[in-house]
Amino acid sequence: MMEIGLNHYLVLSTILFAIGLIGVMRRTNLLLLFFATEILLNSVNIAFAAISHFYGDLTGQMFAFFVIAIAASEVAVGLGLLIVWHKRHNNIDLEHMSTMKG
Amino acid sequence: MFEAIAFYLFSFLTITMFFITVTTSQALYALTALAAGMIFISAFFFILGADFLGAIQIVVYSGAVMALYAFGMMFFDTTREVKEKNGNKYIVSGLSILAAVLVVVIFAAPMVTDNVTALYPMVEGAGNTQEVGMVLFTKYLIPFEVAAVMLLVAMIAGIVLAGKKMDLSITLMNSAEIRHAKEEKSKRILS
Repeated sequence: MMEIGLNHYLVLSTILFAIGLIGVMRRTNLLLLFFATEILLNSVNIAFAAISHFYGDLTGQMFAFFVIAIAASEVAVGLGLLIVWHKRHNNIDLEHMSTMKG
Repeated sequence: MFEAIAFYLFSFLTITMFFITVTTSQALYALTALAAGMIFISAFFFILGADFLGAIQIVVYSGAVMALYAFGMMFFDTTREVKEKNGNKYIVSGLSILAAVLVVVIFAAPMVTDNVTALYPMVEGAGNTQEVGMVLFTKYLIPFEVAAVMLLVAMIAGIVLAGKKMDLSITLMNSAEIRHAKEEKSKRILS
């Protein structure tokens, strides 16, 4: 109970990942969908850092750095696209983006 | 002892903040809760001895990403209530739990075999930042450079997408053309 091991961190990471997945599935506003994506990326980062610590290996931290870089560029491009869409259609709900639906 | 207290305290805070982020109907509450959760997550990195990663987490997420989101929210109408998808609740929660279990299996699979060896072991007598530098600029130099190019591409894409009148260049126009463009703009605002 008092000894915090690797499993504690993995369970925490899983809980956060589940919260992020729930957010991805129930949100329709695209901006809030991006928030849920950030939660997913962060939960994986915790798992990487924990494995890196408990195995004495730095590879996990390296992966976490690249995940952070990818998250930052995703936000930049995604918000740019969102602004363009909002200028044209004046809302950012997912239901209005079904023009390519088969 | 203190590690356990810190772990449980910060896990409780992080889960609470992220739960608020995905359940609230106000976009501003979601933004602030997400920023708080990001800062609480950096506490885990400090507990785990990954000091540099924790500092990067605070700087990049609560600094850059949150500022970008706050900037983006000025463009959107965030004061109204957010509509929710009214799908089948059982399907949604079942899929979430399934995916979460899958993640645990993915992370536990190499540990069950118990032959994980440290590829780049920590160096004795060096701080975390120094170790990170040593590994990042030797073994991971090419991914580092590729990430730099990716960030540059993302920056240019953001500027081009969010910028206005990117087809006009003021430096290539003479003064008469600039005056003409200004008059057209003011005419459009008045009409």
